Amino acid sequence: MESPKAKNIIKIVGLSKIYKVGEVEVPAIKSIDLSIDEGEFVAIMGSSGSGKSTLMNLIGCLDKPTAGEYFLDGVNTNTLSKNDYAKIRNQKIGFVFQGFNLLSRTTALENVELPLMYDRYERIKDPAKKAIEVLERVGLGDRIHHEPNQLSGGQQQRVAIARALVNEPSLILADEPTGNLDSKMSVEVFSLFQKLNDEGITIILVTHERDFAKFAKRIVELKDGIVIRDTLINDRIIGTEELNKIKEPINYEN
Amino acid sequence: MHLKNLLKVAIKSILKSRMRSLLTALGIIIGVAAVVVMVAIGDGAQVQVEKQISALGSNLLIVFPGASSSGGVNMGAGSINRFTMEDVNRIQDEATIIKGVTPIVRSGGQVIGGVGNWSTQVQGVATNYMDIRDWPLATGDFFTDKDMVSRAKVAVLGQTVAKQLFPSDDPIGQQVRIRNVPFKVIGVLTAKGQSSTGNDMDDIILAPATTVLDRLTGGIYISYIMASANSNDEIDKAQKELTTIMREAHHLYPGQDDDFTVRNQAELTDAATQTSKILTILLASVAGVSLIVGGIGIMNIMLVSVTERTREIGIRLSVGARTSDVLIQFLTEAIVLSLAGGLIGILLSIGIIFILNNYTSMAAVIDPKIIFIAVGFAGVIGIFFGFYPARKAANLNPIDALRYE
Repeated sequence: MESPKAKNIIKIVGLSKIYKVGEVEVPAIKSIDLSIDEGEFVAIMGSSGSGKSTLMNLIGCLDKPTAGEYFLDGVNTNTLSKNDYAKIRNQKIGFVFQGFNLLSRTTALENVELPLMYDRYERIKDPAKKAIEVLERVGLGDRIHHEPNQLSGGQQQRVAIARALVNEPSLILADEPTGNLDSKMSVEVFSLFQKLNDEGITIILVTHERDFAKFAKRIVELKDGIVIRDTLINDRIIGTEELNKIKEPINYEN
Repeated sequence: MHLKNLLKVAIKSILKSRMRSLLTALGIIIGVAAVVVMVAIGDGAQVQVEKQISALGSNLLIVFPGASSSGGVNMGAGSINRFTMEDVNRIQDEATIIKGVTPIVRSGGQVIGGVGNWSTQVQGVATNYMDIRDWPLATGDFFTDKDMVSRAKVAVLGQTVAKQLFPSDDPIGQQVRIRNVPFKVIGVLTAKGQSSTGNDMDDIILAPATTVLDRLTGGIYISYIMASANSNDEIDKAQKELTTIMREAHHLYPGQDDDFTVRNQAELTDAATQTSKILTILLASVAGVSLIVGGIGIMNIMLVSVTERTREIGIRLSVGARTSDVLIQFLTEAIVLSLAGGLIGILLSIGIIFILNNYTSMAAVIDPKIIFIAVGFAGVIGIFFGFYPARKAANLNPIDALRYE
């Protein structure tokens, strides 16, 4: 649902990525066009090998396309340097991965502070205060000094989400964020995403499960490197309602 | 990243695997300790050599009688033109940059006195002998000009002689008989130890040169002349002056060879210190090799660590670390590790040197300079051997790094 007022945060034109494996060229995505507006919650779906992870890496400025153009916040990323890419990852994008990707033997607080340490512009004056604030926002205010191995999977993923939020990004990229979580924890994580989206953050979710994709507002389906369907969701699942159905209140303390 | 954070991260990851870090740094610890200890031992040897040479006297010049040739046959040193007191007096009167001059009349023989007898050398010298040789008295007095003129039979004993003849009594005022000539002991010299050639310099009796000439050697010839220059810088000038005076005294015409030889202490010192300097360099370079081996150890472990922490690097890159941030992080870790190793190595070496100095006969001297050089070298090794692993880490592709299991 692209309202005319909303600003394009992502505009992709004819984007392709070809991997070279030895002499063979393997196209991962083929000339994709896609626009995502500020405040959207988009699920990118597809089976394995459909190119969804490649697309996510390109959107996340972790990789450069072979052809085509990608505008992030109106800036053509083709002209940017490696350091500019690092700056975008630091300031505009927050990543949430399937495997949590937290630093081991490092407290939740220090994990969340990490992106702020690489911020050369020091937009946030008091990193520790900001990190605690974000951890409280994801419901981990009493776990700030715990290390990853002292936290449950759901809690670890919430630390990762806090880390993605700490630099106040305009976009969160979540790659199979609940792949390692059970269904109840998954619902908790998705309702957190919905809450953040309601607060104005654009979220792109990569998943292969249609049930989880329904937490988003829009589904973009990929197959063999091209977009085969781009639909708005009518029967959206609302995380908080789903949790009530499980008849257990959200208990972030567990 | 700020330096403070950088150091915090580096120290934290070093402490994460303490045992491994310690073993990694061990190469540097041993290397630095070896360099510092070896150089200290070398320097200690050098100081010892210098001490032995300066024990000869201060800015010492020695004039030996030269060789003569008669009809093409060289007769060897001291064969003619032996020195007399006249030569000594002439130097005394004419020299301008010479502080003092003394004849040395060598004699020797059996000395009887105190509890027994002892064979030693007797040297007839002038009153300023103590100044020239930098050799003060332990007890008693030295003989005076009056004793020189009156050819008084007084003697000053070296420590060895004093201990042999008077192990328990005070020798001052006692009588000793040198080759049956009675002498009164008026003083005892301080201990001077071994000479650079290993002779016991304390095995000696000093007496007025005039007395020794008169009573022991007979005749007018003195063995050689010792003089001391005003300062170390003027030794060469003093040597020239002595040569000029001696040539005049011996009426040599221009072009004729000297019939004497002037030696100075600097020549001796140079040869001996050169040897011990080479020794120091040799020891230090062997130890330096172990430092480099330590550096290779650091590189090895850093490479393993980069592989192990591929995921961590991926995480850092994904949250916005630049290539240079990762490079600097790993480089900092290598430098902190090698500098810490260097500091522990310094402490270890100070301990070893303390033990050497206090519990062995070896004397080691720490030059503060070498501490800075060794630690600085350890830091350079950290940078040099840390750079390759750090660059490897920094050049990782973030996607591959994140996916690494």
